Amino acid sequence: MSGPLRAGTPAPDFMLHTAPDKTVSLRDLRGHPVILAFYPADWSPVCGDQMALYNEVLPEFQRHDAELMGISVDGAWCHLAFARDRRLRFPLLADFEPKGAVARRYGVYRARDGFTERALFVIDRDGIIRWSYVSPTDVNPGADGILRALEGLAAAPSPA
Amino acid sequence: MSRRAAAAATLTLPVSDRDHVQGPADALVTLVEYGDYECPHCGRAYPIVRAVQRRMGPRLRFVFRNFPLRESHPHAQHAAEAAEAAGAQGKFWEMHDRLFERQFALEDTDLVEYARELGLDAARLRRELAERRYEPRVREDFRSGVTSGVNGTPTFFINGARHDAAWDAEPLLAALQQSARRA
Repeated sequence: MSGPLRAGTPAPDFMLHTAPDKTVSLRDLRGHPVILAFYPADWSPVCGDQMALYNEVLPEFQRHDAELMGISVDGAWCHLAFARDRRLRFPLLADFEPKGAVARRYGVYRARDGFTERALFVIDRDGIIRWSYVSPTDVNPGADGILRALEGLAAAPSPA
Repeated sequence: MSRRAAAAATLTLPVSDRDHVQGPADALVTLVEYGDYECPHCGRAYPIVRAVQRRMGPRLRFVFRNFPLRESHPHAQHAAEAAEAAGAQGKFWEMHDRLFERQFALEDTDLVEYARELGLDAARLRRELAERRYEPRVREDFRSGVTSGVNGTPTFFINGARHDAAWDAEPLLAALQQSARRA
């Protein structure tokens, strides 16, 4: 394990469930900036705060044409219940089977704990990671870093 | 360095005459709160802020900005707009206090009633709420909070730096006094 993928790295593609009957692949989102927010688990209080904040900040992300996706090792049914309870208006991806496979490829799986780091990736329209950040598991990383990264994308189009 | 922590959270929108301010402009310490009138933690912080204001006296300037968590608190946005509407009639702080003291009653009819009790033009306040007159202003506060690293409510900034330690009266007062000594 060598830590999270860094800026400049192509974002590994994946296809994951966002609902029991629905999948999304990163490739489908080409053309939009993508925010991937890895978090340890549904229902734990800090996660709830972080996802609740992103729910509020969603219009700011959308001003940058960005797609936000939460991702954890919880299954699609668990995500569904969590999203309903918190009235989340963005998709939660289930990195459930094989467990944590996507998190491992992004370098943010905690094998000893069986869940992911609290990690943020901002991916540009061409699928290149432009910013990544790992927060201490018990600290809400907020949205300011994401917004700065999105502003950076707007200011400096990715090099060809 | 993609892994480095984001720069320490600091206030991106400096305090200016757009703000609602208590205390002298040349106070040694400025305390900025981002808060939500329907948030129970902000309700708990309200008397604490009052207490530290009394203790600090003219050494402290206090600023309140809106950070309504609309998804969790269905009345927070309108309450924030009502405080701004009261501010337009010169009674922002009176309404701010009233809202925190009556957190449990924040329906639109309550907001209009508070305006009447405070001697404001209640019809004007009702009209301005309906027009969403102060929505952009509240939005501007919210945006400035997000870019400053507000990640929940209440969040405090002391002389522009986010206060990440506890905000019970004693630790908050200690942090303010320390900033005053450094100033």
